[in-house]
Amino acid sequence: MNKWIRISLIFTLLLYSLAGMSQKQRFPKPEFGTGYHQPTPVTPEPRALALEYTDVFVLLIVLSLASWIAIRRRSRKEMLWLSVFTLIYFGFYRDGCICAIGSIQNVALTIFEPGYAISITTLLFFLLPLGFTLYFGRTFCAGACPLGAIQDLLIVKPLSIPEWLRKTLGLLPYLYLTLAVLFAATGTDFIICRYDPFVGIFRMDAAFHMVVLGIAFLLMGMFVARPYCRFLCPYGVILNWMSRFSKWHLAITPAACIQCRLCSDSCPFDAIDFPTGEKEAKKRVWGVNRFLVYLLLIPAWILIGGFAGSKAHTWISKANSKVYLAELLITKPEVRNDEKNLDVQAFLSSGKSMEILVNEAKEIRRKFYLGSWIAGGFMGLVIGMTLLNQVIFRRKEDYQPNKGNCYSCARCISYCPVRN
Amino acid sequence: MENGRKNSRRDFIRKGTRISLLITLGAVGGIASKHLTQEKYVWQIDPFKCTQCGRCATSCVMTPSAVKCLHAFDLCGYCDLCGGYLKPDSNKRSTAAENQLCPTAAIQRKYIEEPYFEYVINEDLCIGCAKCVKGCTSFGNGSLHLQINHKRCLNCNECSIARLCPSDAIARVKASTPYKVKGSFTKDNNG
Repeated sequence: MNKWIRISLIFTLLLYSLAGMSQKQRFPKPEFGTGYHQPTPVTPEPRALALEYTDVFVLLIVLSLASWIAIRRRSRKEMLWLSVFTLIYFGFYRDGCICAIGSIQNVALTIFEPGYAISITTLLFFLLPLGFTLYFGRTFCAGACPLGAIQDLLIVKPLSIPEWLRKTLGLLPYLYLTLAVLFAATGTDFIICRYDPFVGIFRMDAAFHMVVLGIAFLLMGMFVARPYCRFLCPYGVILNWMSRFSKWHLAITPAACIQCRLCSDSCPFDAIDFPTGEKEAKKRVWGVNRFLVYLLLIPAWILIGGFAGSKAHTWISKANSKVYLAELLITKPEVRNDEKNLDVQAFLSSGKSMEILVNEAKEIRRKFYLGSWIAGGFMGLVIGMTLLNQVIFRRKEDYQPNKGNCYSCARCISYCPVRN
Repeated sequence: MENGRKNSRRDFIRKGTRISLLITLGAVGGIASKHLTQEKYVWQIDPFKCTQCGRCATSCVMTPSAVKCLHAFDLCGYCDLCGGYLKPDSNKRSTAAENQLCPTAAIQRKYIEEPYFEYVINEDLCIGCAKCVKGCTSFGNGSLHLQINHKRCLNCNECSIARLCPSDAIARVKASTPYKVKGSFTKDNNG
């Protein structure tokens, strides 16, 4: 009897130890006899939260200074030094991340994807420049944006771009903004960050094609001033809306304009509106009919845009890795045997069922369908409004900065001969 | 007189639009602040999800990658025949370059006592290619694993490796617990 108890005890112990072994390691850690001191793995701490708040504080100071310089100090030189500081701090020291332009995507993602928590820093980086622009004009562009600063400092011989080309290329930022929000809201990608041409220059490190793109933009910027700001920047779209209704704004002349035309060539961004000539004023009557036609065409533009967007949604949704993978596995089942396709192999080894993946992909595609309708409709509205703006006649008396497009860089101020 | 009235009407419209834009901004901020967090988040790899595909070495915006191999010494068996250090077809258990699995010789092998060897990662040399991780996970205890080194990581708005990771192993974690070191971090206990 005693013997049996002993045997069963040994057996349970053996089983127990075997189970324990399988839970632990193949090769248990040895017991060292020579007083070996085990090192600890290196795990450096991330950047402190307090420093993130410092960034917001610096942004607040820089925005205040830029607004003060543009409106009160009216000094190009001071604005220049401020933009140099911004380039060094937000560009080269902070490596261009986080920036207000990219924060659009975080805000879009947090609104459409409740699981994503946005940090206070990011939200403030999004809101502060917009709030300042609503009161002081786009002083953010002049003094607080590292992307603007690097382009602004490299302007050599700016060429004037004809209005039709400016207006047409001016649609690109709207398209970029729409796509960025669509991709961020569906949790697909952050395209603004991915295709930021200058972040590689700030970090002195990037993929080859991004370095080429960055240098190309800077070279182009020598002759076409601030190409990214004018023809791509998605944040500029929102800043433009805000700035048009700003309470105060940089003025070329400190008193009354004497129409000397000295400032007319000073703006590298073609952002100075000229006074309306007598001939143009007479043409005004013609505009009314066209205005009505263009106004009635806007709903049509929205419908066309929305329809085109919804037609393109299958194609656009392929940017999402889940949709792409699901579609690949369905249309080309032979990829399952492709050892080199890492995505397929990782999916197969994860043990996730095909059904779950397809359902997830369908859900994402459904979001894309809705999103593409809205995005397309919005682009249609933008095109319609741009055309409508062409026939709206606005009489201008003086040489004034165009409040939507002016970056408040203060170049024009020194050209004005009027002193109080 | 007429001009003055026109101007005041324009000012009124401008002011109204400005206030409505301000309200819109406030609303966007309000909706976004529902999901506001005071915590800082950083990117980190879940070593149990990682499939050692090798993309960490090539997809990071930094060169070399901010992803480094981390050695959880608590789990190491201190083997002489180390699956993470030696090539599977190596003819000798030695420190000779032709026998090493690591392409940059970032693993230092040190004799402790018979028959045990210590393996230490030189993080300046490591490129995060996960070749050793694969070897250690397949043939050993899995004490070698990839982690994002927060001294090098720029904490990009969207991690470019996370976007391409085939097993979704990279996610944001709270900055107060920035590492998922095997041993203290286990498969069942997520955090």
